Amino acid sequence: MTAATLLRPATPATAPARRRRPRPQVGSYVTMILATIVLGAPLLWMALASLKAPDELYTLPLQWFPAQPDLDNYAQAAGAIPLGRLLVNSIGLTIVGAGLKVALGLCCAYALVFLDFPFRKLVFGLVIATLMIPPQITIIPNYTLVASLGWLNTYQGILVPGLASAFGTFLFRQHFLTLPRSVLEAAELDGAGHWRKLWRFVVPMSTPTLAAVALVSVVTEWNDYLWPFLVVDDPSKMTLPVGLTLLQNTDGMTNWGVLLAATVVVTLPILLVFLVLQRRLVAGLTAGAVTG
Amino acid sequence: MTTIATPRAPEDPGAPPAASAAPERTAPQRPRRGRLAAGRRRTALIWALLLAGPNIALLLVFVYRPLVESLYLSTLQWNLGSPTARFVGLGNYVEWFTAPTTGRIVTTTVVFTVATVGGAMVLGLGLALLLDKKLRGRGIARTVAFAPYVLGGFAVGILWLFMFDPRYGLIQELLGWVGLDSPDWYTSRPWPLVMVIVVYLWKNLGYVALIYLAGLQAVPQDLKDAAAIDGASAARTLRSVVLPLLTPTTFFLLVTMLLSSLQSFDTIKAMTQGGPLGSTTTLMYSIYVESFVNGRAGYASAVATVLFLVLLAVTAVQLRFVQQKVHYA
Repeated sequence: MTAATLLRPATPATAPARRRRPRPQVGSYVTMILATIVLGAPLLWMALASLKAPDELYTLPLQWFPAQPDLDNYAQAAGAIPLGRLLVNSIGLTIVGAGLKVALGLCCAYALVFLDFPFRKLVFGLVIATLMIPPQITIIPNYTLVASLGWLNTYQGILVPGLASAFGTFLFRQHFLTLPRSVLEAAELDGAGHWRKLWRFVVPMSTPTLAAVALVSVVTEWNDYLWPFLVVDDPSKMTLPVGLTLLQNTDGMTNWGVLLAATVVVTLPILLVFLVLQRRLVAGLTAGAVTG
Repeated sequence: MTTIATPRAPEDPGAPPAASAAPERTAPQRPRRGRLAAGRRRTALIWALLLAGPNIALLLVFVYRPLVESLYLSTLQWNLGSPTARFVGLGNYVEWFTAPTTGRIVTTTVVFTVATVGGAMVLGLGLALLLDKKLRGRGIARTVAFAPYVLGGFAVGILWLFMFDPRYGLIQELLGWVGLDSPDWYTSRPWPLVMVIVVYLWKNLGYVALIYLAGLQAVPQDLKDAAAIDGASAARTLRSVVLPLLTPTTFFLLVTMLLSSLQSFDTIKAMTQGGPLGSTTTLMYSIYVESFVNGRAGYASAVATVLFLVLLAVTAVQLRFVQQKVHYA
């Protein structure tokens, strides 16, 4: 509904009656500004609301800006759930998870491209086919496996089942195929082993792909919800998104200020990562899309 | 590792048969080269195991094993955590097909999928066409449009639940401006489903627009110029020149959006928990409810298999299409 208002309302503005010569650009600008407002407003609204006192949140008509912005909601959220601990858990699991995913994908792709070994095509097929298997079908068996290992409510329980890299391996492989063979052959003649070739030659020649895969992994790890939600119910082991569930359930009536403050804590870090590293992140998220 | 390059075993199974059957003359050279090649091959195999092994092992344990196990579980009447299980063959599937709720779940899934995918495609293309123009500040607009896509579905759900709050939400305020009363977004059908669809569109619109933008930028300018010289209007150029050239992009988006839509969980969990009265329970959400709320792991596995087959069909169509028509650069 909100989305439907995106493009339509501006159409009449395309031909302002005042001017004789039509200025189609005006209509485009109006549409673009409207679309930007509609798409951006929820985030702004959330950030502002998280700084409001309860009586301000529940007054009509609504106020855009808090009269006296304070961090009281954040303090309350931190009192209701171990917000600091959740933040540390999320950061730690994201860094370790994304790091291992990149490393696993990198090594696997190197083997697939630069090593001649039996069943290489089959192995690659195995990796590619993974991209088509929905995680849902693996959830119940993986849950019972993790439970039988005694890994419920542990970091490794959250981390390990999602570590295998299919997306990363695929992207790295595609990139490695474009690398100049001559460089690696020269390195080999100079006596470089595979380990050295990988780290001293292949990795430095792959930084854009590396950054893209790393960033996409960071975004997915940070936002992952269903699996950590199932595996963990001990607040001290939770990630931020799962902690939000806890906050939502603590009392029957929703305390919006507190809940939104916690939501800001979940969204702000990844939003900052996005804003700072936009170009590389977009390159990763759109990788595999078509160009022509 | 260089020590392995000179193997002691003379009859390496990997060595080319030609080496042993080589004529006398070349004997001093051939076997050595063959042995060297065999050694290299063995080194390569060891390195392959070291480098690709961990990743492949993880895939086998956490993707392929559960895939097979899930098929087996779907034939059992078994509750999560219970020590006993009973083989029921296709009983779970029969139950799913005949359950009174199945029709509603399938309808909800279809409505949700068609609305989210279709809506995102149409609006995303519009946005991409707009942002493809040389407008000042389009970089900012792109950033704002794409930002929601990087946010987690659960957090997005919470944020929008607040937006939709029937009394203190921004949506009811905006509706009030144009003289409308806010419907009961949380409780009365079909509004909860509409609400979830709107949020999903908001989150994914920027992604579709971005991919379309990439596609648009690959459309050769001279084709558009030629169309303009032929006197084609902007709309006509779009329909007859640009859209056909965007077919691969459209198809890619259609499939990826379809797959992600069918698998969406966290936004629904945050906003409606599949309710009220199951009105926002999709196939994916029902798998979660059956296994982890009702504890019926066997039955849930059967539902998961149904979803898997649907997703597999979607992917198979994609692969066919890719091979036939689409040229990936």
